[in-house]
Amino acid sequence: MRDTAAGGRAELTVVRAGALTTVQDLGRPGHAHLGVPRSGALDGPALRAANRLVGNPAEAAGLETTVDGCALRASHAVLVAVTGAPCAVRVDGRPAAWGAPVRVPGGAVLDVGRAEPGLRGYLAVSGGVAVRPVLGSRSTDLLSGLGPAPLAMGDVLPVGGRFGGSGGALGGVLDDGFGGVFGDGFGGGFGGGDVLALPGPGAELVLPVVRGPRDDWFAPDAFRTLFGGGHTVSPASNRIGLRTRGPALRRARGGELPSEGMVLGAVQVPPDGCPVVFLADHPTTGGYPVIGVVPEGSLPGAAQSPPGTPVRFVPLSTR
Amino acid sequence: MSRAGSGAGAGPRVLRAGADAVLVESATGEETEALHAELLRRRAAGELAGVTEIVPAARTVLVCGLADPRGFAAEVAAWDVPAVPRGRGAAVEIAVRFDGPDLAEVAGLWHVTPEEVAGTVIATTFRVAFCGFAPGFGYLTGLPEHLRVPRRAEPRTAVPPGSVALAGPYAGVYPRSSPGGWQLVGTTDAALWDPEREPAALLSPGTEVRFTQVRFTQVRFTQVRG
Repeated sequence: MRDTAAGGRAELTVVRAGALTTVQDLGRPGHAHLGVPRSGALDGPALRAANRLVGNPAEAAGLETTVDGCALRASHAVLVAVTGAPCAVRVDGRPAAWGAPVRVPGGAVLDVGRAEPGLRGYLAVSGGVAVRPVLGSRSTDLLSGLGPAPLAMGDVLPVGGRFGGSGGALGGVLDDGFGGVFGDGFGGGFGGGDVLALPGPGAELVLPVVRGPRDDWFAPDAFRTLFGGGHTVSPASNRIGLRTRGPALRRARGGELPSEGMVLGAVQVPPDGCPVVFLADHPTTGGYPVIGVVPEGSLPGAAQSPPGTPVRFVPLSTR
Repeated sequence: MSRAGSGAGAGPRVLRAGADAVLVESATGEETEALHAELLRRRAAGELAGVTEIVPAARTVLVCGLADPRGFAAEVAAWDVPAVPRGRGAAVEIAVRFDGPDLAEVAGLWHVTPEEVAGTVIATTFRVAFCGFAPGFGYLTGLPEHLRVPRRAEPRTAVPPGSVALAGPYAGVYPRSSPGGWQLVGTTDAALWDPEREPAALLSPGTEVRFTQVRFTQVRFTQVRG
């Protein structure tokens, strides 16, 4: 990145914002008691992988794209990596590697293509997206409006200076030689360089559920309904929650709970009986009963499941 | 049932909320506030290693980041939790103009004049029971039971920032414009939420709140009535 050092800090200018592209890092946990959602990348492992590929620490901010990617012009040469949902990556129109470090020359346009399969792509840039943090995080929180607004055409994103310490993935991979290799699928196999094997989303979303805290608010047959299949991802899903369609869970009692704290992964059941799985931008308190909780490790899969994906809830016992 | 285990009888009920969290449910709001204060005290004393969130609400406190939720459940049920002393915590004053569009309706529900609604609100010592809904929005307790008011049948699509509002057993102040169904009795210029400020939230759980009345100029009064 010698040219970066010579000509000041790099910037990325948005030339195609995509359907919904937001700045995300690992979020702002620890503020739920003030009504502040944790936010952060929905597919955390994908963002971590992208950061690792460009030599960033895990907490660096990157971009989360939705469905159709985005395109950015780099003011100076930058090292980037695209992970998450597999997609075509292009630099000035030429194919480049997905899931591996890619050098974008100064003035060139990086295009992150349409996710297929999956939903959300992650773009890390060496140095991180250096927008101003709010409460210790650069994440866009779509529920409460904290952090930068979703990307819009013409926005300019500052890129941070190189992080201290090891050179990360820079050594030996800073040529455009990966260009011709893209296209044989995903999950590694690029050979050479620093390439991660990343799982693609499956055709079915399996969500383990730990019972409670409000399982006693539901009719005796509610768990049979929940675990009996027939649910699909609803198009109304977003960063706040994965909504589902399918057989309604019946409640044993009416009314609303007094507001209570909600955990990430909570399976909340609104009056229509269709479970909503709370994702990163979920409200910190809520008044609909939570029948169970999906462990955090299963939520990246939820984040990558497009509308219509069959959802299979399965029981998970705890120690 | 997802009881993670608790003592029988009047103690709190501990409900499992996923792999590493529990909801501790108490019988009353006062007990909930007391338990919350006790949790904060123990965390400050270094006793709750690993705990990432302590989220009080109406009748529960959510505790996240527990390595051993079962063990914690047994422990919490055995705690001797002292009542929260009043007049000791952080306190803020919020200056209010009692010019809300629902002031007359609240006065009708309370069978008093609008001026008496203002008088009751400024004479009450409120306390932030918990936050939620939006960053910096505190649910304030302190009004007596018989002054509960229902939410509006038709929520507003945009409540102006700084609106002082009542609903159910709570008072609250909207930190920013948002949809809302509470009854609006006044407005304040106080910044309830400012991410550039430390702390960002004017109100956090346990904070005591007094409302004071801003006197209208005649012109402003006329405008309000107009």
